[in-house]
Amino acid sequence: MASVRIPPVLRPSVGGEREVEAAGSNIGEVLQSLVTSYPATKDQIFGADGALNRYVNVYLNDEDVRVLDGLETSVGDGDHVVILPAMAGGS
Amino acid sequence: MKDPLLNRPCGGRFGDIVQSIGATPLVELKRLSPKPGVRIWAKLENRNPTGSIKDRVARALIEDGEEKGAIGPGMTILEPTSGNTGIALAMICQRKGYNLRVVMPESVTAERTQLLKMYGAEIIYSEGNKGSNGAVEMALDLAEKDPSIYMPYQYGNPANPLAHYNGTGPEILEELDEVSAFVAGLGTGGTLMGVGRRLKEEMPDCKIVAAEPMQGEPVQGLRSLEDGFIPPIIDISLLDRKIFVSNRDAVIWTRKLLDEEGLFAGVSSGAIARVAVRIADEMDEGNVVFIVCDDGWRYLSSGIYTRPVDEIESLESTLWW
Repeated sequence: MASVRIPPVLRPSVGGEREVEAAGSNIGEVLQSLVTSYPATKDQIFGADGALNRYVNVYLNDEDVRVLDGLETSVGDGDHVVILPAMAGGS
Repeated sequence: MKDPLLNRPCGGRFGDIVQSIGATPLVELKRLSPKPGVRIWAKLENRNPTGSIKDRVARALIEDGEEKGAIGPGMTILEPTSGNTGIALAMICQRKGYNLRVVMPESVTAERTQLLKMYGAEIIYSEGNKGSNGAVEMALDLAEKDPSIYMPYQYGNPANPLAHYNGTGPEILEELDEVSAFVAGLGTGGTLMGVGRRLKEEMPDCKIVAAEPMQGEPVQGLRSLEDGFIPPIIDISLLDRKIFVSNRDAVIWTRKLLDEEGLFAGVSSGAIARVAVRIADEMDEGNVVFIVCDDGWRYLSSGIYTRPVDEIESLESTLWW
């Protein structure tokens, strides 16, 4: 099981929780497990084509999975998955 | 007998302060290196005239606007910024006689507001809890409604990464024969895209690593994920790694830069240094170059240099970078 950090904007869809548990051997499975437990998150996390919503960033521990293996990125026990909205960095 | 100078003597001679932008030093940080053979280099962009890397971008944005005929004397320029770009634009606009309005989140440190006012900029505040997203949204709206305003739009203007492709990148190549990794902050994406592209052209194996801010929850005030924003100039395929750094870690490492290397830098530089050292730790040998974006003066009032990190009340509600 991996723990998944939920950003404030998604918390209403997971009963207000900041952190939830989700099972899966890769990011795709972990997110599917999240969606199964909390169906209200589905349309926010995934687009109609099943790909990750472009305004959602998913991190394995602290690394953006889009720059790793995307939804195929392996997840091990004790890994921490962090979902963050796309925010412009400072400038 | 005097040792011969190993690098360029003096900083050069320039016609005015705007021309002196760039040509910043590369300083080795031996104490931060995790092992012999891996050398960590800081490119000191705080040595630019207004104290940040954004001097390069601001000059490029203004010159680009002038070349296009979009900017002329008496014009008003409007730009969303969390401070540094605004400050750099303000200095250049003041010299050139352009009016400048900046849209900035109210959650930035007080020094940024002071510097903007000192250089004559007009500030419009956006909601602090929406971070930079809110400033961009407000600026786009204002620019759309008033055709007499020119918005350079650093988040989408190719002149931004070009400033780094033509300036920051070549300066690094001039000083080092080998760069295993280049680490910079992911804000607009300009530095990473511009330097990244330039370095990879000469050294295809060079890893381009982004350090990004993990914005505190108080500045993530989005109504929905569709309020998210991705700067148009970012091409994520150019990045080899993209790692977030919490505000807490950024502050800790900013103190580390000061305490261990005598480098008085801003919070984003601490975050970038943290990632640079992590990358260095994974290597056996080679050079890691990272960007020191700005100096620490504009963060002094926050107490991050003098108080323990856990006593910084505004740690999560401040837009640090």
